[in-house]
Amino acid sequence: MSAPLLKVDGLTVETKTETGTHRIVDGVSFELQKGEILGLVGESGSGKTMACRALLRLLPSSRLSIPKGSVRLDGKEVMDLPEDQFRAIRGKRVGMIFQNPASHLDPVMRIGDQIAESVRFHHGGSKRAAEERTIELLQQVGIPDPKERSRAFPHEFSGGMRQRAMIALALACDPDILIADEPTTALDVTVQAQILRLLKELRDARGLSIIFITHDLGVVAQLCDSICVLYGGRVCEHGPKERLLAAPRHPYTAGLMGCQPAIGATGERLRTIPGYPPTVDAMPTGCRFHPRCGNEVAECSRRQPPLEAYEPDHVAACYNPVGETAALLAKESA
Amino acid sequence: MSEVTPLIETDDVVLHFPVSGGGALGLTRRAVKALNGVSLTVRPGETIGLVGESGSGKSTLGRALLGLETVTGGHIVFDGAAVTGGKRQELSKIRRETAMVFQDPLNALNPRLTAGEAIAEVLRVHKKVPKEKIADRVAELLQMVGLDPALSARRPQALSGGQCQRVGIARALAVEPKLIVADECVAALDVSIQGQIINLFLDLKEKMNLTLIFIAHDLAIVRRLCDRVAVMYLGRIVEEGPTEAVFSAPRHPYTAALIESIPEIDPTVSLPNAPMQGEPPSPLNLPPGCSFHPRCPYAEPQCSRDPPPTLRRRDDHGWACILDPGQLPPPQTATRLQNA
Repeated sequence: MSAPLLKVDGLTVETKTETGTHRIVDGVSFELQKGEILGLVGESGSGKTMACRALLRLLPSSRLSIPKGSVRLDGKEVMDLPEDQFRAIRGKRVGMIFQNPASHLDPVMRIGDQIAESVRFHHGGSKRAAEERTIELLQQVGIPDPKERSRAFPHEFSGGMRQRAMIALALACDPDILIADEPTTALDVTVQAQILRLLKELRDARGLSIIFITHDLGVVAQLCDSICVLYGGRVCEHGPKERLLAAPRHPYTAGLMGCQPAIGATGERLRTIPGYPPTVDAMPTGCRFHPRCGNEVAECSRRQPPLEAYEPDHVAACYNPVGETAALLAKESA
Repeated sequence: MSEVTPLIETDDVVLHFPVSGGGALGLTRRAVKALNGVSLTVRPGETIGLVGESGSGKSTLGRALLGLETVTGGHIVFDGAAVTGGKRQELSKIRRETAMVFQDPLNALNPRLTAGEAIAEVLRVHKKVPKEKIADRVAELLQMVGLDPALSARRPQALSGGQCQRVGIARALAVEPKLIVADECVAALDVSIQGQIINLFLDLKEKMNLTLIFIAHDLAIVRRLCDRVAVMYLGRIVEEGPTEAVFSAPRHPYTAALIESIPEIDPTVSLPNAPMQGEPPSPLNLPPGCSFHPRCPYAEPQCSRDPPPTLRRRDDHGWACILDPGQLPPPQTATRLQNA
């Protein structure tokens, strides 16, 4: 495999509260290849959004800090770059879209002007050229009558259209990587399907790499190439989509898959994960999932399980993984 | 069917919210047409799912059923009492016998009351149990929704989202209602917690013969929980029938498109190649004829010309479309489930 476009290694985010310093992202590592769509999956508080904000150095509060971690873009470390040099990366090489586009678009500025502003900020050029580029971008993201619609204000757009405008804004600087933070959670299912298709087309057409943050395994299964599952700020499983969904190793991944209501008859009880996700100030010791896990062994509460490779690119952090006996038996009989 | 007296009957309910500021000088009177002739029957003990995209009027209908919105036209009858008449006695019967569970569990609870006080308040107001028995009943209700009674001293901020939602459900149950309207009550919860709440509803339904109106945009959850489902589009019910019949052989193209849009956790299934185009039109400005025609792949000239089709019924399964049953291809999901 070629050198990864993005390599995140041991990324850690800490928060200071009255109860002390807590790690909300704890040593998260993953790689992203050119043209890959990576799904970052987890429940609320799993650190999925925070990890992505940290790698763009967009932490929303001054109480949050990044004590350690390395982020390499094209093999070059960017974490220790001074802020003025980092600005050339944020937006230009790595774009980001959010769950609620309405709160990330300027309500009193025309959509077209916002995109043109971004084009000129990063690329320079004449106002005229920026306007032409804007219309081209709006067309690419599937906004009808782009010329006329570029004069509209955000409130004149529907939710799906705003998300399209947001994507156009993120694409304005021709980034290599797009971080999409739950971009379809607030949308209706029919519109969600349209946006997912658009993202896939953008990947196919321009080799865009995408990190897609979501809690919805169904979306991940349809859109992504690989999946990274986070729990309590740590990676618990990472691998190619097909293998991870066909044979999840971490009990949490298996549990999440079991919770999906899609399959099963009316009136049938859903499988659930008992208990509630941990809060930052009360993280369990050892494996953070062990109090809710049905597979735990004595070791789980004592030590944090390391990420172990089951296949070269499929890793999971568990002392007693799912399907271990089944996998062993299959190996022996082969 | 007709031998059972329905618990709720709505007849051609219309609800328009007037908005100001349209047209030149803001003098044009406009209205958000939230409900445009909804007729729905709910039998006791039934769980009915109201599904549709945002703006389809599903929440408005839920609120109107409980007398929380004043309807512009039509009738709603709850267990013999006219919800729409606005008579005090009848309204108070509705308040005593119905309850609602809301989407955002944290905002639906009073932040200054502990979980126990929030439930006790309901018991006190409705005089459900004598004063000295309130504490016992609170503990019983907490247990019923799967919460440790020790949590009753906590305020909402000290509870997780799932726990708050359970308190919200306990509050609804405290009324001992004949009917619960749950409005998107799992949408704000994590996937692993959603399942717990759905299972809780399934248990309560069995134990208490609860009538439940479950408003949701998540069709997979509705399929699990509900006996019947009503699909809404721009203030109209476009399809209504037994859950399995609707999911396996939808008769309205909108229902079919909604079912196809559910992302499935199966890596071999890819995204729909041609997802349904466009978005629902604004309820301020409804298209003429069938309001789905601008997005409908089966639209004929008459769809935009003639008045919207009324609900046709066959085998207890109604649909509002010119297409006949069997003319729509069955959704991929149904075929896959059959083959599995």
